[in-house]
Amino acid sequence: MKIVVCIKRVPDTATRIRIAPDGKSIDPSGVEYVVSPYDEIAVEKAIQLKEQLGAGEVIVVSLGPAEASKELRTCLAMGADRAILLKYAGSSFDLDPLSVAEALADAIRPIQPDLVLTGWKAADDDHAQVGQALAVLLDMPCLTFVAKLDVAGRTATVHREVEGAVEEVEASLPIVVTAQRGLAEPRYASLKGIMAAKKKSIEEKEIATRPSRLELRKLAPPPARPPGRIVGQGKDAVPALVDALMNEAKVL
Amino acid sequence: MRKYRGVDYYALDELLSEDERLVRDTVRDFVDERVMPSIGMHFRNATFPNELVGEMAKLGLLGANLNGYECAGLNNVAYGLIMQELERGDSGIRSFASVQGGLVMYPIYEFGSEEQKKKWLPAMARGEAIGSFGLTEPDFGSNPGGMITRATKAKGGYVLNGTKRWITNASMCHVAVVWAKLDDVIRGFLVERGPKGFITNEIKGKYSLRASDTSEIILEDCFVPESALLPGSKGLSSPLKCLSAARYGIAWGAIGAALACYDEALDYSKSRVQFDRPIAGFQLVQAKLVGMLTEITKGQLLCLRLGRLKDAGKVTPQQVSLAKRNNVHEALKIARVARDILGANGVTDEYQCGRHMCNLESVYTYEGTHDIHTLVLGADITGIDAFR
Repeated sequence: MKIVVCIKRVPDTATRIRIAPDGKSIDPSGVEYVVSPYDEIAVEKAIQLKEQLGAGEVIVVSLGPAEASKELRTCLAMGADRAILLKYAGSSFDLDPLSVAEALADAIRPIQPDLVLTGWKAADDDHAQVGQALAVLLDMPCLTFVAKLDVAGRTATVHREVEGAVEEVEASLPIVVTAQRGLAEPRYASLKGIMAAKKKSIEEKEIATRPSRLELRKLAPPPARPPGRIVGQGKDAVPALVDALMNEAKVL
Repeated sequence: MRKYRGVDYYALDELLSEDERLVRDTVRDFVDERVMPSIGMHFRNATFPNELVGEMAKLGLLGANLNGYECAGLNNVAYGLIMQELERGDSGIRSFASVQGGLVMYPIYEFGSEEQKKKWLPAMARGEAIGSFGLTEPDFGSNPGGMITRATKAKGGYVLNGTKRWITNASMCHVAVVWAKLDDVIRGFLVERGPKGFITNEIKGKYSLRASDTSEIILEDCFVPESALLPGSKGLSSPLKCLSAARYGIAWGAIGAALACYDEALDYSKSRVQFDRPIAGFQLVQAKLVGMLTEITKGQLLCLRLGRLKDAGKVTPQQVSLAKRNNVHEALKIARVARDILGANGVTDEYQCGRHMCNLESVYTYEGTHDIHTLVLGADITGIDAFR
């Protein structure tokens, strides 16, 4: 079984983001990058499936800057077999999700994968579109927000997280699956895995992307939280507090 | 808990390869997620975190710089970074890994027969067999050459007699590398737990390395077969070679402890408000923090260069002595200053600087005391030996 996993290099979710002076990008100084967490879950699941089946190949694909080889190397150290880097020097904010999906689909098509996995959204731009667009472009069914995935023969059984319930779906391979938390718990790359990854290949490809059809106008930090207000003191304050909670905060 | 970020004031990360950084970051995450949540409790209760042994083995942390026999085959810089991150968690955890890898697996690798290597190295890399290293005796610490422990030839093997003390991992070990005089020559023996006359007792009441097993080994007419002798070991230089290997890791580890203390002190000083401002805004506190950062950066540079020399096969034991001596000394000072910055809070185990401070007192003394390393270096530069 051939499994392709699409990953994205994103700022570490623990990083405090500062907006660059141009107002349209983030200041890269002091920012550490990681594999986007949902993508990392997808990588783990792919490796687990390969281990369960005892055969197959896990190919990790990423569109990003040359430095994204570090994130691809991390996936190889976890146990993926090889990687493809679609080099794009600009900011990921300059690309619309469909352009990203088109570039990924062009790279994935010749591989003829049985399964394509990716995170349900990237941790930086939160678009949550690439998986679905990719499925359309590859002409495969798409299963989103998947928290459980089993493969037997050519049949996949998945649990999708939907509002207040879990939906169990069966599908024939090939399919595209977007990973939700719970699908797998990413492992630590072992040191032997890291050493082995040095010998695995990262194929670099230049890509031509068309100009974005979305224009990023401005990035702004969320508004600062308004200061608190003391409504009164002692038990006399209770009516005012209840009123504030009911009518202002609307939490009662 | 706040995610730990390293300190890299001189952009030393640029001097590390991609895989060296990946190794460091992997162990860093492991320490954050698996060591930090429980290490304070283990220190308080004086228990070794047995539950982490399998996980460390699975990551490949044990004997990581050895080649083959299921070991990861990392270079010495990557190995040093592992030690740094482990000790950022706790000196006891790093000591466990140092002893297992540097003091037990290494001598088997270096002085052992092929049969001994095949028997022990994979099992030790997998964490299924734990090792200890018995050199120090109650009356022979800095002067190990005077050891009393003796091996005498017997039918089919040797009989060992003597006492070893301050032995990390000894109470839980499956095998001990015991150094004993055979016909007045120091030799190494792989003594498996089991034979009569091999007794271990844990040393209680430590205020340092509480999350580590420190014990004595008593050998009472302990018979070991011929196959227990490490054939390549001969003379005091053999155990000293092991100590040099482990000491290299300690030089890195000390930086880890210092980093933990600095990180905690910096964070605390920015949030602790006195006289209506964070104490980080006071000149005296800033001077302390800057002093810590400066010594950490110098220590990092020492270790990185030391590691590159070791990888090139050019390092001298005296260079290792200099780094161990300096880095542990500075780390201990940093831990004390961190405790000072934390004020009364620094004396509780809710914070980590007090734990590191206590741990580093042991690290200051073991694997060659600070003073002995001073004399080793003194002898090297003057050509006059002050203690032998």
